[in-house]
Amino acid sequence: MSEEQKNKEKALTDSEGASPVDPEREAKLKAAAEARAARAAAKEKADAEAAEAAPPEPKPPSPKQPELDAIVALIRQQAADDAVEDAYVNELNGDMPTVIVKNDHWRSVSQLLKHNEQLQFNYLRNVSGVDYESHMEVVYHMVSLGSKREAAIKVKTERDGASVYSATPVWATANWNEREIFDLLGIDFPGHPDMRRIMMPDDWVGHPLRKDYEPLDSEV
Amino acid sequence: MIRTEELLLNVGPQHPSTHGVFRIVVKLDGEVITEATPVMGYLHRGTEKIAENLNFTQIIPYTDRMDYVSAMTNNYVLVHAVETMMGLEVPLRAEFLRLIVMELQRVASHLVWWGTYLLDIGAMSPFLYAFRDREIIIDLFNELCGARLTYNYMRVGGVKWDAPPGWMDKVRDFIPYMEKKLEEYDKLVSGNEIFLARIKGIGKYDAATAIDYGLSGANLRCTGVDWDLRKAEPYSLYSQFEFDVPLGQNGDCYDRYRIRLEEIRQSLRILKQAVPQFPEDGETMGKVPRVIRPPAGETYVRIESPRGEIGCHIVSKGKAEPYRLKFRRPSFVNLQILPKLLVGETMTNLITILGGVDIVVGEVDC
Repeated sequence: MSEEQKNKEKALTDSEGASPVDPEREAKLKAAAEARAARAAAKEKADAEAAEAAPPEPKPPSPKQPELDAIVALIRQQAADDAVEDAYVNELNGDMPTVIVKNDHWRSVSQLLKHNEQLQFNYLRNVSGVDYESHMEVVYHMVSLGSKREAAIKVKTERDGASVYSATPVWATANWNEREIFDLLGIDFPGHPDMRRIMMPDDWVGHPLRKDYEPLDSEV
Repeated sequence: MIRTEELLLNVGPQHPSTHGVFRIVVKLDGEVITEATPVMGYLHRGTEKIAENLNFTQIIPYTDRMDYVSAMTNNYVLVHAVETMMGLEVPLRAEFLRLIVMELQRVASHLVWWGTYLLDIGAMSPFLYAFRDREIIIDLFNELCGARLTYNYMRVGGVKWDAPPGWMDKVRDFIPYMEKKLEEYDKLVSGNEIFLARIKGIGKYDAATAIDYGLSGANLRCTGVDWDLRKAEPYSLYSQFEFDVPLGQNGDCYDRYRIRLEEIRQSLRILKQAVPQFPEDGETMGKVPRVIRPPAGETYVRIESPRGEIGCHIVSKGKAEPYRLKFRRPSFVNLQILPKLLVGETMTNLITILGGVDIVVGEVDC
C-alpha cells in the first residue's frame, strides 16, 4: 500500500471517530418524536369526540346472513344442540359465513358438512392452524362446487396437548395439510392415517410456527 | 419358479425428473410399483415463519420464491388479500397491468411445463422450442420490472412500475407470434403416436376422487369438473373478458396435456381483448396509507394460478406484520394424490404421472 493511500485511510477513520453522536441529528429525532406524539394525541381526541357525537348506526344485515343461519340451524339440529360455540359473518373476507364448532363435536359436524344435502361442502380448499397464544385454532375453508356457497369453520383447542379430530376420513385433502399443521404448530389429529412430520426433519425438536418457539440449536 | 424380491428404490432428491428437490421412495415388485412414499421438505425455507416478522411489502419478494415459475400470480394473491382486508381500490391502469402480466405468466408457466414434460418423457427438442418462446415473455417482464424470474412487481394498491413506452406494442406483437407457434407445437408433438402411447390412459382418476383430494387447476378440470376461479369466483377484471375453460373427460395425462395447451390459447385470447382496452394514462398506485396495517381479523382469498387454486390466509392483529400468514399452495395439495396414482404403475409411468401433475418444488415446500 502506498503512503498516500495509508494517509487517506487514516483520515477516514479519524473523521468517523471524531463525532460518534451527531448533536444535530439527535435534536431532529427528538423533534420528530414530539411531533408524532402530538399528532397521536390530537387524533385520539378527535376520535373520541366523533364517537361521542354519533353512536354507530346498526348495520344492515349481510346478504350472507341467511346462509350462515341455515348452517348453524342444521348443525344444531343434526349434530348437537351445543355444537356451535359462535357464528358470525366475516366482513373482512367478503362476508364469509364463519362458524366456530366445539372441539368435542367436530367429528360429527365434519361428516354433516360434507354429506348433508343442503350443505354439500364437498371441496375443502384450505386448512390452517393458528397459534393465538391463549389457545390454538384450526380453520377449515370449504366450498360446495355445485352451489358455490362457501364457509369457514373453526375449531378451538387447548394450547397444551392440542388435539383436533382428523378430517382426513371426510376429505382426503386434509391429509397433508394436517401433517403440516402438526409439524409446524404441534396440533395432534387423532384418527389421521399417517401422522408424521412433513416439512422439518424427523428428529427436529419443537414446532417452529408456535409463538413461543425457541430453536434448540441457535446456530441452525 | 422365478423368485422376485421387493426392491426399495430412492428417486431424488437430485433426480432431474423430479423438477427440483422432491424425493420419492418406491417399493418395486419387478418393474411394478407397490408402494410410493413422497418425502418433502428439502426446499422448506419457513416462508410463513419469516413473514411473521416482516411487513406486507417486505413479504412480496418471498412470494416470488414460492412458485418461481409463476411469480406474478403469487404476488397477486398476497396483495389481493391485503387489499380485501383494507378495502383498497386499485386504479384501472394498474389492474390492467396486473391482469396482462398474470396472463403472460400463465403462458410462460405452461410453456415451461410443456417443455420439461416432454423432456421427461424423452423428447429433447420441444424443450428448446418452449424455452425460446418463453424467453420473449421473460424479456418483456425484464423490461417491465428489471427481473427475469423473481419480479417483486405488485404492491398493495397497485404495481411498482408503469409500462415503459412501446411495451404494450411488444405484448400485442407477441400474441399472433405465439398463436402461430402453438400450431407448430401441435404439429410437432400432439399427434405423435409414441407420445400418445406414453400418456393416453395413464394416471387416470375420476371427478369424485379429484374433488375429494382437493385437486385444482388442470388436475381437476381434466376430469370434467368446470371449476376455474377466473370464471367461478371472478377476481381482478376477469369478468369483463370472454374466454373458455377447457375441460377433459378421462382424467388422464393426455387430458391434462390438452388442457394446458388450450389454456395458453385462452390466455392469448384474454390478452387480445385486454391490450386494446389498456387505459391510455392513469395512476399505477392507488391511495394507500404509508404504513400498511390491515384491520384486526382474518381473510382467505384465492386465485387461479397456472397450477390451480393458490390461496392466502392472513390473520391480522392490526399491526404492520401479519400475525399468521398461510399460503394454500396448489402444488402441495395436488401432489397428495401421487402415492395413490402410482400403485400398480411401472417405473417409467412414475415420471409421466409426476410430470403431469405439474409441481414446482419451491411451492410444495414453501
